[in-house]
Amino acid sequence: MMKILVALKRVPDPDTRIRVKEGVLDLDGVKFAVNPFDAIALEQAIRMREQLGDVEVVVVSIGTGDCVEQLRLGLAMGADRALLISGAEAPDSLSVARILADVYRRERPDLVLMGKQAIDDDSNQAGQMLAALLGIGQATFVSKIELVDGRSSACCARETDGGIETITVRLPAVVTTDLRLNEPRYVSLPGIMKARKKPLEEIQLTDPTLKAPARTRVLKLESPPPRKAGIRVRTVDELVEKLRNEAKVI
Amino acid sequence: MRLVNNSLTMSLSKVCLSSLVGGNFLLVETDSNAIFTPEDISSDQRMMADTAARFMDKEVLPNIEALEQQDEGVTPRLFQMAGELGLLGMDVPPEFGGLGVGKTSLLGVEEQFTRLGGFGVTCGAHSGIGTLPLLYFGTEAQKEKYLSKLASGEWMGAYALTETGSGSDALAMRTKATLSADGTHYLLNGTKMWISNTAWAELFTVFAKVDGEHVTAFLVERRFPGVSFGKEEHKLGIKSSSTRRVTLEDARVPVENLLGGIGKGAYIAFNILNAGRFKLGAGALGAARESIKGAARYAMERQQFGRPLAGFGLIQEKLGEMAVRLFAGESAVYRTAGMMEAVFETGELVDSTTPPFPRGLEEFALECSIIKVSCSEILDDVADEALQIHGGYGYTEEFPPARVCRDSRINRIFEGTNEINRLFIPGLLLRRAQRGRLALVEAISRVEGELREISARPSDFEHRGSAGSGGVGSDLGQARSLVENAKRLVLHLFGLIHKKYGEKFSEEQEVVAILSDMIIDIYLAESALLRTAKALGRGKSAGVMADLAMAFVNDAAGRWEGLARKAFAVISEGDQLSQHLATLRSLMRWTPLNGVSIRRRIANRLCEVGSYPALVCLK
Repeated sequence: MMKILVALKRVPDPDTRIRVKEGVLDLDGVKFAVNPFDAIALEQAIRMREQLGDVEVVVVSIGTGDCVEQLRLGLAMGADRALLISGAEAPDSLSVARILADVYRRERPDLVLMGKQAIDDDSNQAGQMLAALLGIGQATFVSKIELVDGRSSACCARETDGGIETITVRLPAVVTTDLRLNEPRYVSLPGIMKARKKPLEEIQLTDPTLKAPARTRVLKLESPPPRKAGIRVRTVDELVEKLRNEAKVI
Repeated sequence: MRLVNNSLTMSLSKVCLSSLVGGNFLLVETDSNAIFTPEDISSDQRMMADTAARFMDKEVLPNIEALEQQDEGVTPRLFQMAGELGLLGMDVPPEFGGLGVGKTSLLGVEEQFTRLGGFGVTCGAHSGIGTLPLLYFGTEAQKEKYLSKLASGEWMGAYALTETGSGSDALAMRTKATLSADGTHYLLNGTKMWISNTAWAELFTVFAKVDGEHVTAFLVERRFPGVSFGKEEHKLGIKSSSTRRVTLEDARVPVENLLGGIGKGAYIAFNILNAGRFKLGAGALGAARESIKGAARYAMERQQFGRPLAGFGLIQEKLGEMAVRLFAGESAVYRTAGMMEAVFETGELVDSTTPPFPRGLEEFALECSIIKVSCSEILDDVADEALQIHGGYGYTEEFPPARVCRDSRINRIFEGTNEINRLFIPGLLLRRAQRGRLALVEAISRVEGELREISARPSDFEHRGSAGSGGVGSDLGQARSLVENAKRLVLHLFGLIHKKYGEKFSEEQEVVAILSDMIIDIYLAESALLRTAKALGRGKSAGVMADLAMAFVNDAAGRWEGLARKAFAVISEGDQLSQHLATLRSLMRWTPLNGVSIRRRIANRLCEVGSYPALVCLK
């Protein structure tokens, strides 16, 4: 039996309008969702189970009781069971990696799948840190994944600035998923009903090193400045003049 | 399951929670904790609605053009996909392939389908009037044969009641059913008109008169011999839905496909319409939300005189009013869904048909009519103002409002016109009273007594008026007592009108409709206030919700007064009229709130967050 651990982060819904009030995020009335990259990771895990058969898919979330909603969604999509890790206070990427490393040691999965980054803080660090802490292999920004060598390794296509890089990592490993890997399935209504009966375990953090405060601190958040109204130019000469003297880009 | 016949139901209603008796909201005060509100939606229910939302965003809305032109195969493909996701069989129990969830779970899904009016009609007609007759009135064998096909979306369902010559007067139908000589089949003859889903439906619930007399329902398969279909009607809107005639010429229907018993068709037709009316109202909410979102976004983007439209008072007034009315309609729909679900869950049955049907289907007929009338009119007004905000662009097909206006218009016509439903509301109160299922007469005499006391000691019944009051809580309290007085007013009027016209009461349609309009506003205003009170009780700060509820009550106060004046002038004159007007003044004391600033506040917050659901979620 193969075991895949998928990390799901609760983030503001990508369609929600983000407002900043006095340097912090104004979450009043904001709807939450599973981080879209994490949903891609879960979809991949479920597809691997559909393909291979004897695979257990476990979803894990770090946060308050609100995260149960995202874990239930994971179960409704098709995960077999869920873990909620509570008691961590506003963890940064390193704290997340440490907590996930602890979960890894408890669960001993063959593969950890997670989004390449979360769309709230866009840190893009937790996956890499987790692999480093555990001393296992990693493949990031993955847009294609295939198990090879009798499921002992994963052949992954990575989306890099220079093009697609194909690497093979020995399992267990951490794989972080990119947008083009797949399109997550619909959560069917019968799936939602079935999820009610699937196990969801809450684990309270007690280890003080895991509860340690984050090393990074957000000082301030700011909305990008509103876009200024455009102007209409009459001639190419006028355009060149404005680009040179006003915009100072040529 | 408990079997309850009509006489038993009488005694039962006395032990029931008062909120679970249809029409009782008018006679008693309701506790805010006893009602279901959109804020009570569970995370599972939200997830179901999210699935429907994603399905609409990714599959349906990108295909609007193909759907509206009824391109071959598009609707059946999307319909089947909706079925696979479980969106079409929510009412149906799991043993027949459905989800078996209650009415409160359906709302979120229904609200999504109606983001495209025509597709909403297709899915709503299928899972509502197309499936429910079989679900609630079918025998086990009939359900075994057809129900799982309908629940999964493998088959589409339709409902054929109306004919060319009988619309509102549905029981005047001419379609006949005659038992074949060998007793194995009924032969159906007649033509049914305006039948939704005809192009694709495999199973029709058809109403016909056995021996030209007894209205009876039949399950008619598309492929039965003698069944044929007309061409597509050229409609004003809901163009992606199919509407055709169904012609029955010696259509052979096996006797085992007779539904609910010979002569029981009226029970089925009218009780299924309750469910249809409720569904229609719920669907209207979804379309209205979509319109508000589009209007708010357009108002933010469109610049005139150097600022966005959203910065102008008359636009803010429109946006604010849209949200206020939607809030009231939504509160009423969710409240009713909660009550219906609770009665369905009791498992109580009414044995007027064979097999008996659930009491939950008929108990809230009056509330279903209220919802049908109010939500269809809210959507019409919201769609119209959304078009107006878009100005010239709104009059083109480049933007959604033109289509939404066309699609919305049908809601005031089908499932019983709003006029028929307006007559139905007071009529039903009376009928329930006569059958001993509602203590209407007692309530009217209680009010008469109270009003005699008012004229003796007027100050006792005045409420304090809202000026100079402290805090939102007391404002809400005053609004609640105004609503209670509006109930007294309508009960008083009801008594006077009935005394004056007696049995010919229903002939005075204009006056009956006044009663109806007052009752509709009472139900909506009270639902909005109760919802707000419930949210406050959970520690939410009053903010936006209180604004929405108070703005509605503030305007309803004027409407109640105006309507009552009109009615009093019809039924009385001279000194008697003056006396009535004095009563009216003492009941409807209300210091008006600043409706302009409330709507500006609402509009500003709406534009800030971009959508109505996000607005209502604000703390």
